[in-house]
Amino acid sequence: MALTPAVTDLEQLKDHPALAPLLAWNKAAIEGVKFDRDEMTIYVGRDSIREASTLLRDNPNCPFNYLSDVTCVDWYPQEPRFEVIYHLLSISKKERVRLKVKLKSDATTLESVTGVWPSANYAEREVFDLFGIHFNGHPYLRRLLMPENWEGHPLRKDYPVEGYR
Amino acid sequence: MGHLTPTPALEPGQDKTMILNMGPQHPSTHGVLRLLLEIDGENIVRIMPDIGFLHTGIEKTCEAKFYQQVVPLTDRIDYLCPLTNNLCYVLAVEKLLGLEIPPKAQWLRVLLNEFTRINSHLVWLGTHAMDIGAMTVFLYCFREREDILRLFEAVSGQRMMTSYFRVGGVALEPPLDFFPRARDFAKRFPARVDEYENLLTGNPIWTMRTKGVARITAEDAIALGASGPTLRGSGIDFDLRRDMPYSGYENFKFKVPVGKDGDVFTRYMCRVAELRESIKIVAQALEGMPEGPIKANAPKVVLPDREKMKTEMEALIYHFKIITEGFAVPEGEVYQAVESPRGEMGYYIVSDGTAKPYRVHMRSACLANMQLLPKMCEGRLLADVVAAIGSIDIVLGEIDR
Repeated sequence: MALTPAVTDLEQLKDHPALAPLLAWNKAAIEGVKFDRDEMTIYVGRDSIREASTLLRDNPNCPFNYLSDVTCVDWYPQEPRFEVIYHLLSISKKERVRLKVKLKSDATTLESVTGVWPSANYAEREVFDLFGIHFNGHPYLRRLLMPENWEGHPLRKDYPVEGYR
Repeated sequence: MGHLTPTPALEPGQDKTMILNMGPQHPSTHGVLRLLLEIDGENIVRIMPDIGFLHTGIEKTCEAKFYQQVVPLTDRIDYLCPLTNNLCYVLAVEKLLGLEIPPKAQWLRVLLNEFTRINSHLVWLGTHAMDIGAMTVFLYCFREREDILRLFEAVSGQRMMTSYFRVGGVALEPPLDFFPRARDFAKRFPARVDEYENLLTGNPIWTMRTKGVARITAEDAIALGASGPTLRGSGIDFDLRRDMPYSGYENFKFKVPVGKDGDVFTRYMCRVAELRESIKIVAQALEGMPEGPIKANAPKVVLPDREKMKTEMEALIYHFKIITEGFAVPEGEVYQAVESPRGEMGYYIVSDGTAKPYRVHMRSACLANMQLLPKMCEGRLLADVVAAIGSIDIVLGEIDR
């Protein structure tokens, strides 16, 4: 299980069941790709996440019909600051893929994928609550874990671990 | 109460609906879960879960600790199956590091993971039955649970929050009487499961309270992100232990119980069948336990044995450096999922090359499973909400983190 270097070449990975339908649809929407430690990561453009999700869910070869998780990483002070991450699973083909969308700190809105996978509901609420990413089209975007009247987004890197109280 | 829009406008001749708070403190919600129920008589019109009462910021705390210091934090996330959380985390870090784990450590991990699954299902069965009214089952289940907790205490010193698995293997060799006691338990346990089934499965009150209640179809379950017995009760045959195996599970033979109807009774039967399968895996693990080291051969990551540390200089230096500075993990990210008693529990760890994780995210099975509650309960009776919550088997520690 020793580590092999990551593969980031689009040409080498273009046959992967998650990448092939996206390449066939719109090559420009894919900003990068990485295959590291047996896991496939695809960097998707911000405006294409909804179509890319629908395509992957309805793909007949390898339908990614299960959204495991939506989460976010804050790379403060690097730009683009946020990375919203979608973990997809194909139950029938037992394949996983990770989609990533990079967001700059002054443009933290993104389209919601609750129309594609309703299980994104709570996960996107949690990302909104803890990071401040706004999801357009979410049916009920309110804070989930923190109290309703909380100010600030605790999981951002400029929020101290001890908190403010 | 800002969570519900104001009471909807009345139709002429229609009774008003009432908003009832099934508050965070309630014996049947299995933790600090607040449910806002809009009810019309006894029928549920709308159900809105409100969570966050047990949020302790574990994900943020993990970023401030070394990789080995995160292990005790992971115990407390899903506190009914602490070893499963440990397993998922250490598997993720080992994937990041590229460590090879010796077979004895893998088999020990499987053995204790299955004991934890039995533990968790016993709590589920006891509390679920007690909520619906069958109170005897609760004490029967906790009688078995006592034996398992004593086994955990023998192997790690703690009954519940064991933190027994470490990055690179397990913490200590189990004591000499652990395997005989475990074998003894494995011989006694199947008869006990028969006892529980005797009390519940054929019981007409139980079947009337649970058959046809809180039904969910397979498409809804997948779309809403259900996993584990909640998903298998609706007919989807998917179990991470068998389909995407980890930690040596491919060496074990076990069946995965799948139901068809998707109601509370089916999920109950799935979990009881899982109890039987888990004890079979335990028996196989005890029988075929290999010999060998319990920690990987990676001196910079795994703490040396105490005897070596006290006599060899290099072991002492490694011990000192690991404890005070941690071990650096190569940059990258990994998502590792395991089959917890509740479903797919996943850890997403991002490493930036230092000794502290940059981001740790726990994919909670219960958070996704809870999204099924409105679909299951709307239009049904108030008493069915209690059965539905019990059948999803939620643990608020995992939901809120």
